[in-house]
Order: sequence, then C-alpha cells, then structure tokens
Amino acid sequence: MTASTAEPASKVELPASVGGGGEIPTFDITLRVRRYNPEVSEESHWDEFKLTMYGTDRVLDALHKVKWEHDGSLSFRRSCAHGVCGSDAMRINGRNRLACKTLLKDLDTSKPITVEPIKGLPVEKDLIVDMEPFFQSYREIMPFLVAKGHEPTKERLQSPEDRERFDDTTKCILCAACTSSCPVFWTDGQYFGPAAIVNAHRFIFDSRDDAGDMRLEILNDKEGVWRCRTIFNCSEACPRGIQVTKAISEVKQAILARQF
Amino acid sequence: MQVHKYDVVIVGAGGAGMRAAIESGQRARTAVLTKLYPTRSHTGAAQGGMCAALANVEEDNWEWHTFDTVKGGDYLVDQDAAEVMAKEAIDAVLDLEKMGLPFNRTPEGRIDQRRFGGHTRDHGKAPVRRACYAADRTGHMILQTLYQNCVKHNVEFYNEYYVLDLLMVEEDAVREDGTPFKQKRAAGVVSYDLASGEIHVFQAKAIVFATGGAGKVFKTTSNAHTLTGDGMGIAFRRGIPLEDMEFIQFHPTGLAGLGILLSEAARGEGAILRNSEGERFMERYAPTIKDLAPRDIVARSMANEVREGRGAGPNKDYVLLDLTHLEPAHIDAKLPDITEFARTYLGVEPYTEPVPVYPTAHYVMGGVPTNIKGEVLQDNETVVPGLYAAGEVACVSVHGSNRLGTNSLLDINVFGKRSGIAAAEYAKTAEFVELPENPAAETEALLSAVRNSAGNERIASIRADLQETMDANMQVFRTKDSIAKALADIAALRERYRNIGIQDKGKRFNLDLLEAVELGFLLDLAEVMTVAALHRKESRGGHYREDFPDRDDANFMKHSMLYRDPAAETEGVKGIRFGTKPVVFTRYEPMERKY
Repeated sequence: MTASTAEPASKVELPASVGGGGEIPTFDITLRVRRYNPEVSEESHWDEFKLTMYGTDRVLDALHKVKWEHDGSLSFRRSCAHGVCGSDAMRINGRNRLACKTLLKDLDTSKPITVEPIKGLPVEKDLIVDMEPFFQSYREIMPFLVAKGHEPTKERLQSPEDRERFDDTTKCILCAACTSSCPVFWTDGQYFGPAAIVNAHRFIFDSRDDAGDMRLEILNDKEGVWRCRTIFNCSEACPRGIQVTKAISEVKQAILARQF
Repeated sequence: MQVHKYDVVIVGAGGAGMRAAIESGQRARTAVLTKLYPTRSHTGAAQGGMCAALANVEEDNWEWHTFDTVKGGDYLVDQDAAEVMAKEAIDAVLDLEKMGLPFNRTPEGRIDQRRFGGHTRDHGKAPVRRACYAADRTGHMILQTLYQNCVKHNVEFYNEYYVLDLLMVEEDAVREDGTPFKQKRAAGVVSYDLASGEIHVFQAKAIVFATGGAGKVFKTTSNAHTLTGDGMGIAFRRGIPLEDMEFIQFHPTGLAGLGILLSEAARGEGAILRNSEGERFMERYAPTIKDLAPRDIVARSMANEVREGRGAGPNKDYVLLDLTHLEPAHIDAKLPDITEFARTYLGVEPYTEPVPVYPTAHYVMGGVPTNIKGEVLQDNETVVPGLYAAGEVACVSVHGSNRLGTNSLLDINVFGKRSGIAAAEYAKTAEFVELPENPAAETEALLSAVRNSAGNERIASIRADLQETMDANMQVFRTKDSIAKALADIAALRERYRNIGIQDKGKRFNLDLLEAVELGFLLDLAEVMTVAALHRKESRGGHYREDFPDRDDANFMKHSMLYRDPAAETEGVKGIRFGTKPVVFTRYEPMERKY
C-alpha cells in the first residue's frame, strides 16, 4: 500500500466507454407488497402495483412511486437511501436486503417482485416491524468500549494490525437483515441473534477493550452463541458484506479458549 | 395528550444530539427525542474524516486550522467561534478515541491523518494531513460510537417521536439602553409519536435542537429523505431568526444523476477530476491546490466545464472522478464504501473506469443563530434562556459562506458537547417555565388540517416541483432572474399546498401525514433561502451571483438574519423581515481568496 501516489499527467486519454451507454431504458414491473394495518383488519393481504421504472431505480424507488403516486398509506421506513442508515431492511423475493441497495434491473422483472417485512419481529404496519426486541439484544452485550487503567492524555495506541482484527464487524449498521434471516431467531425470539454477536465481536477483538470476558460470559448463555447452527443465512443477508457466521465462530472459539 | 417532564430535552439523535446527550445525561435528567432510530441519522453517511491539528503525521497547529476555516468560509466566519472549534478539535478527536472509535492508525499506532480540501500548512502553502478518519466511513463510526456511549450511560430515547413545535413564553423586558423588548424563554416541545399517532408534550428546563439540515429542498442531494429542516422551520415559525440561509454547500462529487456522496477523501487520497477531454481542469481554477480546493470552488469549476461543453457522458452533463491511477489495494483500504457505491448504483468499476460525478446539495451553512456556548439568539445578541442548538441546524457561525470538508463532523462534536454541558448546567439552577395553556393546540390544529385535507394536490408532486425549481434556479450559479423565478415558483407551490389531500387517515405510523408536515417546513425554508439569496448582491463562498461576480466586503461583509414577521416585507415577499448581524473578527483581515 502506497501512502502517496505519483502526480498523474494533467491530461490523459480517456477510454471510449466513458461516453456512457446512451439513454437509460425504462421497464415495467409488478410490485407485490404484503400489507397489514391492524386499524383496518387483523389479516394481512397482498397488493399488486404495476409500475414503469428507470434503469438505475432501486426497490426503494418503486416503493416510493407507489406511496407518492398510487397509495399514500403504504408504510415503510427509509432515510439515507444508499445503504448506510439501516432503515429499510425487508424481504425482497424471499431474501433479506436493503430496499435502497437492491437495483430492480438485478431482479427478475418478468415475474412480480415480492416485498414483505423482515421475519421474527412483530409487524406494526405494512413493512414496519417493532425493532425494540432487536435493540434490546444489542444493548445486553455491552456494546461499548470498557477500558481499565488510567486514561492516557493522548490517544490509546493501537497497531494497524490490531485495528484490522475487528474491522469487519465495525461495519454493522444495525439493520437487522442478519438477525431476521436466522431460522433459530424465527423460532426462538430469546436468541441474541447474529447482529448482537457481531457487535460483541467488535469489542471482544478490540485490543483496547478489557471486558471481553464479561461479554463471552453473556454469550455463553443458553440463548447465546451456541444456538447458532451455522446456517449462513446471516452472512448472505448482510448488506455490508460482513462475514457474520465467521464472526460468530470466532466468538465461539474465544469462549472455548478462554481461561476460567 | 401526555405531558412529560425532564431537566433537558434534546431534539435529534445524530452526532450533535447524541454528543450533547452524553454530557447532559451524566449531569441532569435527560430525554432524547428523535424522528428516527438513533443510528439512522445522516451523520452516519459522512465519510472522509474529522480534522484536528493533532500533528500525528506532519507539522500542524490549531491556528492554521482556524485560518483555513476562516478563509474557506470566505471571511464570513465568526472568528472567535472558529478558534474555539479548531482548538477544541484536538480533544474532540481524543474524546471519541477514548469512547472507542476505531480510527485508522499510523505504523506507530497513533491516529492516522489524511489530506482534505482547503486544509493547508502554514496559511495556504500546501495541503496538510489533518483529517482523522476511519476508512471512508468516519461518520458511521462516530454515530455508532456515540450511540454505544449513550447505551453505556443509559440515555433515555424516545424513538420515532417527531418534534413539531417549540413552546416558548414571552416576557416584557428592557435592554441596557432602556428600549423595551419581548424576552423569549423556552418551556418545552410538542412531539408526535409515529407509532400511536398520539401527541406528547415535553416540558423541559433546557432544550437542545440538534435536528440537522434541510437538503431535501433540492432534487439532487446527498441528504437523506428525512432531512427536511424541521428544527429550522419550527424555530423560524416561532420567531427565532435564521442566519445566512442563502449559503448552501454543493458537494462536488455526487454520483451523477443520483446525488449520492463520494467523499472528498477520494481526492485527498489522490483522485483527480477530469473533463470529457481528459484534462485535469482544476489546474485552471486553483493552480496551487487543484482538486483539493474548497468545495464551492470545485463545484463551480465543474459546473463551468459542463456549461462550456466539456462535460462527459451522452448528454455531456457530468465530469469524471478518476481513481484509475491509484493502486486497487490502496482504494480498498482507504475508500471501500464509495467505490462500492459507484459499482452498485452506476455499475462503474473505479479501479479501471473514471466515475461520473456532478455537484450535489450537501449542507446548509446557515441556521438557527447561536453563540459559542450553543445558546440560541432571538436577535443579534439576546439569548433565549433554556434554548440551545448544535450541528447543522445551528449557525455559530464556524462555516461562514462555505464549510470546509470534515468541519461538520467537528462542529457536531465540539458544539454538541458544549451545548450538552451548557444545557445541563443551566437546568441545575433554572426553574421550569410554565407551559402555555393548551400547549399542543397549534400542533393539533396543524395535524388535523392535514389529516382531514381533501384537496387534489399530491404532496410528492409539490415537493418534486419545489426540488426542480431549486435545482434549476438556486444551485451553484444564481442570477437575479433565476432567484426571482424560484421565488415565484415557491409562491405558486404554497398556493397548491393549501389544496393538498393525503390518503392515509389512520393513527398508526402515518408517514403520509408527516411527509405533508415536512413539506411545509421545506417550503418555508426554500423561501427563506431564496429571499436571502436575492438580497445578497455579491458572490461569496457557496453563494455565486453571476450578475454580481465579486465579493463586496463594503456592503455585504455581514450575516443575513431573516425573521418571520407578518407585518414586514423583504424582496417583495410578505411576512419576512430582513436584518444583518456583524461578523466577529479576531486576528484575520479579509483577503482575496485564492488557492
């Protein structure tokens, strides 16, 4: 890795492809959304919307088109719209994904695109679920740095290698795509779930932290890491590309290797 | 209606709100009200870094940082505030490290630092490595770290509570020179619980507004859908002035057509802007620091290249960010997220292809005026006891007419902390101010008017038309005619807004209702921005008037202060009163701004 790069020429030949691909095509889709509003009915149902979309549109754009042009009551969470805030995890064609990061053209648009709320958390309305149980598990694993000893006047030192050790799990945006893709979590809501373990991992493997043993104790619980059956749904679901199952395995190994 | 009582209520759970909460929560009974969940705030979308003169990798000091901030803001910065920010930057970074933030490290294990636009060594001699960072997800790490510490300190959150009104009382008072005036005093806020549709009134001794920006007045923006300027709008409606609202920052490198931010860190790491002819065109506009000139200059240069026919792409309407000469391993280590954005959203491979980019509305330099303690001002000098603001909603003013990259993450940490401490200390000795009778009456009237609306205008259509006219007429190049066009369009949109109809009439998670309320704030703020832009007949920082291309210190070296006042008229717009506020100078005399 180079710290600085040579100053490139002030004028370069650009590849012909830079011109871009011309006009962006439009295409038609059918969006099939699972609807639920207990103010109206205790039963959920499916609504279908036929929409014309553009080449760079995402599932979130399709949901907005429905809400803004067809049915204002369609309810879903979203904020940043580019995959960093974690608001819009949902089940798209049976897979947990962020609606703002799923391009329509990457889905099979010859068939209806189905959108449902994530599973395992109580549905509140349409695509909105109660996130409180999810955040409760997160809070229980002590998701904050605990450093003993005197505080240095400047920063604590940490080598680039030590920093790299937990880099993958710092990327978590708490969207719940992993936890709500886990069959163990679906059947047992008490299970901490992948996201909480990922966030425990982030501190357990941080060289500055001194509370790893306490977190391992918490996760050694009957609702802790041992419930994981290495199904890998979580790793597939993570929109940040975190190797969730690997992180869980590392926590399991740390519990086994720990000195009592 | 339910009524809650807290010593301190913080509105907003982004960086500024949570930084304030960490301080306030340890000193006084504190509640944080947020319209999202805490980690959903747009602080998390900030990428490149947070500047502080740690001097970990090369010589640097806070005075140089102050100078860069003042010059970057084209001398409209209040220099006392900039000095506070640059000095306290060092502790702000160290605080975050101690809270656990995983900064990138030097081989010696210290916090690593990199270059960023407008940050220079020794008053402009060359770029300096001042930005502390965590890859290109520094904002994400700040937001997560602050939330983690809120969990640690058991901060009480009310999630998905939309604050829609600020409750204040007015008392007769007399100034030192004997003139009478109405002294405002904060009493509480009115909020709407999204889940239940119920109104909750929060009475508080001290209130901190940390509600973020208003980028959604524009179509092409890096901002989240939820950045609708609620806090600015509420304060303005309640008679608090808004300062310097004509100054909007357009970030140079938004993904073309989408507006999604690609960090300036790309250029900090060596990326180069090119036009359709492959030229490094910034050599023409900023010969010394080129691609690392401040954002207003780079954004205008890009727009000028496109205007003069050297734009790239089928419609020649964007320029190119070239990273192809950087090592892929270097890109992966330093810029992983933004290169993924290019791949995901445009299908472009940054290792081998230049990325289409164009300026995107990014940051509101102006906002609710405060002093350096974070206390909100009801005019040029009168503090509103018990009311504080920090972050993008506020105008301290550390950004003047153009904010330097990384200085917003710094602003939220320095002034978030200051306002959290000040609010809690104030609450220790202050009494509760009695709530007005029927405190939620106006909010309930507003909500029921929208809920029962039966007109034929759609919210989304009015909002889209507002965003179109703001992009077309209030972007990087402005003229009297373009601004007047925007103003006329806004007036027509206000008429249409009277005739809206929403479809969701329910209580639960009624986002249809709230989008309508948010649009009301956007319309108010767009009008304020436009009136201020029409009034400022000069070019300075983010505000560029083609009919007045030069900076005019004789007439305009002062902050704009716009008040809501039914009896007044400014630039032909009824209901807005215009005032000015002097800029605070300490050590830097205005100079021509060249890079």
